[in-house]
Amino acid sequence: MAALEEEFTLSSVVLGAGPDGLLGVEHSDKTDQFLVTDSGRTVILYKLSDQKTLGSWSVKQGQIITCPAVCNFQTGEYIVVHDNKVLRIWNSEDVNLDKVFKATLSAEVYRIHSIQGTEPLVLFKEGAVRGLEALLAEPQQKIETVISNEEVIKMYCMFLIIFFHGNYFAYVQTFHSRVLSKYTLLLGQEEKVVIQSFTASVDRKFISLMSLSSDGCIHETLIPIRPTDPEKNQRVVRSLLLKAVVSGNARNGVALTVLDQDHVAVLGSPLPASKECISIWNIKFQTLQISKELPQGTSGQLWYYGENLFMLHGKFLTVIPYKCEVSSLAGALGKLKHSQDPGTHVTPHFVNWETSQGCGLGCQNSEQSRRIVSLVIEIEISLILLFQKDSEKHIEVELRKFLAMKQTPDFHAIIGDIVTGLLERCKAEPSFCPRNCLIQLIQTHVLSYSLCPGLMEVALQKTDVQLLQLCLQQFPDIPESVTCACLKLFLSIGDDCLQETDVNMESVSDYSGTAQDEKMEEQTKILQNGFNPKEDNCSNCDQELNEKPQDTTKETISCPVIPKRAALLNAILHSAYSETFLLPHLKDIPAQHITLFLQYLYFLYLKCSENATMTLPGIHPPTLNQIMDWICLLLDANFTVVVMIPEAKRLLINLYKFVKSQISVYSELNKIEVSFRELQKLNQEKNNRGLYSIEVLELF
Amino acid sequence: MGEFKVHRVRFFNYVPSGIRCVAYNNQSNRLAVSRTDGTVEIYNLSANYFQEKFFPGHESRATEALCWAAGQRLFSAGLNGEIIEYDLQALNVKYAMDAFGGPIWSMTASPSGSQLLVGCEDGSVKLFQITPDKIQFERNFDRQKSRILSLSWHPSGTHIAAGSIDYISVFDVKSGSTIHKMIVDRQYMGVSKRKCIVWGVAFLSDGTVISVDSAGKVQFWDSATGTLVKSHLIANADVQSIAVADQEDSFVVGTAEGTIFHFQLLPVTSNSNEKQWVRTKPFQHHTHDVRTVAHSPTALISGGTDTHLVIRPLMEKVEVKNYDAALRKITFPHRRLISCSKKRQLLLFQFTHHLELWRLGSTVATGKNGDTLPLSKNADHLLHLKTKGPENIICSSISPCGNWIAYSTASRFFLCRLNYEHDNISLKRVSKMPAFLRSALQILFSEDSTKLFVASNQGSLHIVQLLEGSFKHLHAFQPLSGTVEAMCLLAVSPDGSWLAASGTSAGVRVYNVKQLKLHCTVPAYNFPVTALAIAPDTNNLVIAHSDQQVFEYSIPDKQYTEWSRTVQKQGFHHLWLQRDTPITHISFHPKRPMHILLHDAYMFCIIDKSLVSSSLLPPESSLESL
Repeated sequence: MAALEEEFTLSSVVLGAGPDGLLGVEHSDKTDQFLVTDSGRTVILYKLSDQKTLGSWSVKQGQIITCPAVCNFQTGEYIVVHDNKVLRIWNSEDVNLDKVFKATLSAEVYRIHSIQGTEPLVLFKEGAVRGLEALLAEPQQKIETVISNEEVIKMYCMFLIIFFHGNYFAYVQTFHSRVLSKYTLLLGQEEKVVIQSFTASVDRKFISLMSLSSDGCIHETLIPIRPTDPEKNQRVVRSLLLKAVVSGNARNGVALTVLDQDHVAVLGSPLPASKECISIWNIKFQTLQISKELPQGTSGQLWYYGENLFMLHGKFLTVIPYKCEVSSLAGALGKLKHSQDPGTHVTPHFVNWETSQGCGLGCQNSEQSRRIVSLVIEIEISLILLFQKDSEKHIEVELRKFLAMKQTPDFHAIIGDIVTGLLERCKAEPSFCPRNCLIQLIQTHVLSYSLCPGLMEVALQKTDVQLLQLCLQQFPDIPESVTCACLKLFLSIGDDCLQETDVNMESVSDYSGTAQDEKMEEQTKILQNGFNPKEDNCSNCDQELNEKPQDTTKETISCPVIPKRAALLNAILHSAYSETFLLPHLKDIPAQHITLFLQYLYFLYLKCSENATMTLPGIHPPTLNQIMDWICLLLDANFTVVVMIPEAKRLLINLYKFVKSQISVYSELNKIEVSFRELQKLNQEKNNRGLYSIEVLELF
Repeated sequence: MGEFKVHRVRFFNYVPSGIRCVAYNNQSNRLAVSRTDGTVEIYNLSANYFQEKFFPGHESRATEALCWAAGQRLFSAGLNGEIIEYDLQALNVKYAMDAFGGPIWSMTASPSGSQLLVGCEDGSVKLFQITPDKIQFERNFDRQKSRILSLSWHPSGTHIAAGSIDYISVFDVKSGSTIHKMIVDRQYMGVSKRKCIVWGVAFLSDGTVISVDSAGKVQFWDSATGTLVKSHLIANADVQSIAVADQEDSFVVGTAEGTIFHFQLLPVTSNSNEKQWVRTKPFQHHTHDVRTVAHSPTALISGGTDTHLVIRPLMEKVEVKNYDAALRKITFPHRRLISCSKKRQLLLFQFTHHLELWRLGSTVATGKNGDTLPLSKNADHLLHLKTKGPENIICSSISPCGNWIAYSTASRFFLCRLNYEHDNISLKRVSKMPAFLRSALQILFSEDSTKLFVASNQGSLHIVQLLEGSFKHLHAFQPLSGTVEAMCLLAVSPDGSWLAASGTSAGVRVYNVKQLKLHCTVPAYNFPVTALAIAPDTNNLVIAHSDQQVFEYSIPDKQYTEWSRTVQKQGFHHLWLQRDTPITHISFHPKRPMHILLHDAYMFCIIDKSLVSSSLLPPESSLESL
């Protein structure tokens, strides 16, 4: 996620910025010092961290600065051009620009380009480029014309020059080889589109040229750094990156700049009527990361150095520090819980970008939404205040009022804040337990573990299994250690404690509730048609099992845990996990609990195998894969312990026999597959293996 | 391009013969392969593994051993007891010499290449001196009890290891006497077999003898003491062949289970100087017995009863990871075995000992792309022509009019006239062939079937006028003075005025048939020609080379055409160049002069000269042939 921090204005003095804004903001040789050139006569050196002016220089009345001042990083001197042809070089000790070094050139300068590590380059309006030293050695040297007369330099960035003459042309000149290559930028169908802003970034092979068109779209054009054929006029095609970032008819200019490989900053108004905004977009996921309104208007110019964005806000030079984190899909969307059960209601567990984008895109009435936002914030503040002192009852009422309101873009963040507030009070005041509030908040479906990490911790402390079950069902991103702690609690909590709780039982159907005798007998009969380990005659190892067949059947049939515990365990089965992180925690669970859980899982498996589709009855039951994965995990983690426990012996034998029978089934299937393949081959041969045929074939 | 009615002919059930021996020549990077029918083929490994020469087989000449000696001279020996040297220029047998020891089972050339050693059925090991134009018997070594199945020289040339039945003998070359007899264990997986045949031996410079035997063992012996050093049991069946790399750091063995195993001499631990032989990689590229293996510096070569020649590059020895690093499997000969009579829709199939003549079926139906049309008439097998004598057929051809069939063996040339009366066919052999038409490497009829062009193995080209039931010799183009290189490929222009002929190495020569003189020579190219054809109307000669390059040369202008130059400048698409099977036939679309039709053993493709850039791409459609 990207973030725009609190802005600050650099100068208390109103700059002499004309309607075109500033000439430029350039980095100085010292960190956080910047040269700001206004479009009149003044160059100012600012120190950003102190927010103060270090120096200011002006040219004489009647002269006008035509090219922004830059710093020569090799010498630490500053360079500026006034009246198109007059070059001035000075350092920070100099006071008067009239007395400093002066060189009058033979052609008009467009820009001076200076980057760390090399000498500055001078770009002339006719397109020629000279190194500063070579130029100063002979200031009156003849400057050749590179571009034709009709072409005008529109924009320039790094070593790329954009010319406009009907079409857009990009000239790429590499400094060392002095090879100039020309590229025509093809704009595609939309004839009327005018490119309003360019920005470029370079990687090893390509210059990525991004353009912001008047229709508000950002396009990317890749230009090779090493041209294949410098003589020819080459054409490059652009591809669409983002659509409708700013509105087409901005009053002032719009600006675009690349922040890093994934982020761009865009300056402009998102809606035709709205105020201008500075926004950061993620190109990779095409999402708006953050946006900030600039109500006093801008000049449509945007610079960035380090982690600061510079722009003219009203009459003042404004600096907005920003942060862009490396973007990942998980970061952009949040981790999605795996669920493919038919009865599940799909709720987005991640931030809904559409709504926040919609704000900027005019899908909603922005005025109305803004009002709601402010209202919500007000209520939030009052709620948080309430939490500090009020009674549970009152908080609950207020919260219900709040939740009844329409959801706003940052609803999830507000909910997160509320929960955090509640939890803080919980911790401070052990008697305070707003269970109903928390349950309500969890049921908003917008919370996640990372938004309120303390919630489950508190629930675990208070052994509030209902809350934990809810969290397990709702949160997509519970760490494995917490899942395991929940499992531990669910297995160890006493039956009588459970009976008192109000656990959601929808994942447990009547199967587990029937420990009664009369129903059991019916089920025994049903079972005999399905899978029954007793009939598996391949093993002689378990004499114990053969001795007491009646017992075995009974045990396989009755659920080893009470329904409420089953419901809690099902919630665990449904939660997302990664094996590597889960395994170490599973080792901490006591052996008798492991056995119990295994017995329950085995029971679920037997239930599964009763029908052909291998599913359990009920709403949202655990799937066969989940059951199998958990059995494997538990055995992996605790085999050496479980194998020593006498109670687990029968269970292990059953599991062993189950695996053995699976293997024999698969080997049988493999045998069938071979013959089946042969049959298929025979079939194919019959179809197309005549010795002679006449066929019609179309060859391209 | 449009739609074609494609006759899919699958009744040409040509089965190549199994491979008996391979011999790799490091000097010229060529591989000699002998097959069970006596055919000897020479593959140029530098020229994209092209089979550039072949010597036709002979029923009585079952080759059991093949070796290069004295530089680039090729010798074979077989069960008829003869040692044969091949003439690699004229492509015939130079001489055959009886070794007088009964069937010969093994042969090897001395490290210096000046002597030849054969192991015979009667247990004798005979040493021959190689003279510049022949070989000369020198002496016998101590006679052994039973047949000598394998032989190997010590790299210094002083000792010889000979594998026999149940034992290996080590001879001193100077005295010719046996120094050691090393008895091979008959035990096989605990069961005593009747006999243990030592199929192969290899003598290393440190005195180690490696043997492979019918009990599935690879054994290492110390020849100085005559003791067994190490034994690897690698197969449940016979290990039939062994070949050692020149550096003696790796060797390869082939088993009767179709597996080959790679052994390498590797340090026992890293950084240690002590090395031992380790079985490193097994390869299973064969379905049947691997009768023979060879070890080139960069590849393991194997061949066997399943008729495939497999060249498996050793990845650690390949410097550039290009297409040469890919596995090659060569099954079919790199030459045309089918000729076609366009007028009568006849196909002539050439087998080793007979010819088959088939008439294509017909259909009246039409259909769209991908349809199989119902046949109104099925294909007919018209004729089955068996050759007389034990020799294999070298080449054959049917005239475009379908009235003539010509074929040749190594010593006889046959010309037959076919008469068609309704559904009956009568065949009449033209007798009394002239003496110079003894054998032919390539036969071609002119488009109007009035002339016959014969490339004889003496390097000369004969033009014969065909008349009703008889013929007249018109002219013979003699080879350029000093060369005896045989011409293997012929092409005649459809108007009958130009004849192009190509040998194995020199460039393509173009003769003016009307004026009976040499017209020009196409500049020689590094890679051998695999197919030739002259386009109608333009008389452009299209030449395909074994490196997959295709050239077009204008005969009237005596220069490469504009298209050919453009193509050479741009280069072919890499996928086209990466194909591993040479083009064996070039033809033209009668109505579309811009199209060139090409095919190899696995695909058929069309080059459209009008689309220069896209023609460099691999063709979209390809048909399975053969």
